[in-house]
Amino acid sequence: MSTARDEIFASIRRSLGVTGRERPRRDVVTERIARAPAGVVPARGAVTGRTRIDLFIAQAEAALATVSEVDAPDAVPAAIAQWLRAHNLAATLRMGADPRLSAMPWGDTPLAIDEGPSDGSDLNAVSHAEAGVAETGTCVLVSGPHNPSTLNFLPDNHVIVVQAADVAGDYESVWSWLRERFGKGVMPRTVNWVTGPSRSADIEQTMFLGAHGPRRLHIVVVGGRGETPAS
Amino acid sequence: MSHHSTSPRFKDNAHAALHDVQLQRALSNVRVGFIEKRAKAAGKLPEFEALRDSARDIKDHVLAHLDLYLEAYVAEVEASGGVVHFARDAAEARAIVTAICREKGARTVTKGKSMISEEIGLNDHLAAAGIEPVETDLGEYIIQLRHETPSHIIAPAVHVNASQVEEDFRRAHTHLDATRDLSEPVNLLTEARGVLRERFLAADVGITGANFLVAETGTSIIVTNEGNGDLTQILPKTHVVLASIEKLVPTLEDAAQLLRVLARSATGQELSVYTTFSTGPRRPEDLDGPESYHVVLIDNGRSSMLGTEFEDMLRCIRCGACMNHCPVYHAVGGHAYGWVYPGPMGAVLTPSLIGVDKGGHLPNASTFCGRCESVCPVRIPLPKLMRHWREREFERHLSPATVRSGIAAWAFFARRPALYRLATRVGMNLLAFAGRKKGGTKGRFRWLPFAGGWTEHRDFPAPQGGTFQERFARERAGRPPKADAEPAATTAA
Repeated sequence: MSTARDEIFASIRRSLGVTGRERPRRDVVTERIARAPAGVVPARGAVTGRTRIDLFIAQAEAALATVSEVDAPDAVPAAIAQWLRAHNLAATLRMGADPRLSAMPWGDTPLAIDEGPSDGSDLNAVSHAEAGVAETGTCVLVSGPHNPSTLNFLPDNHVIVVQAADVAGDYESVWSWLRERFGKGVMPRTVNWVTGPSRSADIEQTMFLGAHGPRRLHIVVVGGRGETPAS
Repeated sequence: MSHHSTSPRFKDNAHAALHDVQLQRALSNVRVGFIEKRAKAAGKLPEFEALRDSARDIKDHVLAHLDLYLEAYVAEVEASGGVVHFARDAAEARAIVTAICREKGARTVTKGKSMISEEIGLNDHLAAAGIEPVETDLGEYIIQLRHETPSHIIAPAVHVNASQVEEDFRRAHTHLDATRDLSEPVNLLTEARGVLRERFLAADVGITGANFLVAETGTSIIVTNEGNGDLTQILPKTHVVLASIEKLVPTLEDAAQLLRVLARSATGQELSVYTTFSTGPRRPEDLDGPESYHVVLIDNGRSSMLGTEFEDMLRCIRCGACMNHCPVYHAVGGHAYGWVYPGPMGAVLTPSLIGVDKGGHLPNASTFCGRCESVCPVRIPLPKLMRHWREREFERHLSPATVRSGIAAWAFFARRPALYRLATRVGMNLLAFAGRKKGGTKGRFRWLPFAGGWTEHRDFPAPQGGTFQERFARERAGRPPKADAEPAATTAA
């Protein structure tokens, strides 16, 4: 226990006029962390079915990502190969060990596949998202051997695959899902919310894409076309 | 990147800024873009005002329970394998970071954009210790090459024009082809990307700030558009987070509330491109990410602001909306404020952190137009807090003698209404007579005693005779009596 720590706590408590041992104060804090109230959640995300997928796509495109849709996981490799070809990009792709990606028929495409984290020399990478958020067209990625975080930032072009069923309306739904998966209060090393490709407006407030992260972000939504419009 | 302050010379700084042609050209980018984009983003979200209330309430709640949320946060960071350090002041924080870098044998350190790092003057200190700090945010990189401090908290190089960046890059990147074309700003961006990519991959330690710290999970959050903060923290073996103690929020849900107002207020984006939640070092099964994770929690004057009239300032989430909407900032830019934090938030925070004796001029740099408060995402009453500092400055006899005697004279008359009316009537009639239209004078003064600050730059219009109170009484008498109350606009006059 360092002196600096003790002095900072003492100074805070002196300023607030508390000892830190007051039971009601401690209960308020414990209860708030346990309950994690949602606060104000925009109505925008409170849509379901096809309407939610449409919102996700519209918002992602507004953030300058491109989006394509396929009906089944088997169609993902061809969709990515086509996107790379359409943009005159190399037929290479790096990915992690995500079983959802590994199960896809990459051999049916001309793509040269590399596995594992990026050392900075890769042109293209694909990651599988944990979730999407329709509210802002955001993809949620978690670190680990399945989807190493370096793939999200080092390659020039990043493709994110997201299952339509994993597209949430709002951020709060994503926090619930992550708690179910990892446990309350537990997080993977890195959770990345990605909304569009990298950009900077630091020179004369004019925006250009591809500052340090990917110059292009392409999202492939799987299984969303069968969704029926919902009110 | 020194924390040395020129705030006491604000008047001279402002004067120089107004005559700086390059700066004035660059500032024209602030006056238009930011305001329009924020208004559009706020208008698109019906819940925006309710979210501002929510954001304010979350921060107030945290500040009232700061000791307990800090305890909970520290326990979670340690449970996830991270190390927490406490620093009472800038010197202690610098020493902790330097010790971590030395322990890791670090030669170069990459840095994500961090205002607290500017506040503690970290870069000069690291360089003096033989450790090279490399700023990786494009704006921060530009001003590091120029040996300048940021002039804006989210757009640090907003005072620099593209042609100046080209000169800086040609001077610094001598290993590149001298005949390359840098006439387009996008080429400058591409060049910085290439140069900094090598630095990212070679760095031994990565230092970022934190937009928020989450007590529930021990998570630090950074928000960027470039992705530099991410490359800074996932490539080196060690990630160091610098954060002041008021960055805490209780839960991930609370973070989401604040994130919904942050980007909209700052750049007018619905959300920044990269919002990153980092918890502890890499896990045993992970293939990338830092092997060690350190958080340096810095007080540097915050704990003493709690429980005072300046506590509201600790809600600040550093979005920059107040300066984007400030007519004074638009006119003089950020450097004139003389320390790390410019604009209205700087005018309130600077005297708290470096003393009213040094920062006391800043709260006077306000027209009290109220635009800063009207756009603040956490509803900080910035004009009121600036007024508090003015009162403190006056009480502590730090205001200049001319100001004090002027106010004393005004107070003498203000307490004697009959004398006040007589004096102003005589004064106005004298001025009206002296400044009456004759020959070529056009009813204006080119010079007036005690008003040199005004007449040096423009003429002072001569009064037309009579005082405001006389005219008010006359117009009120001439109006037919009404049963109901006067309209608000008239009574407010």
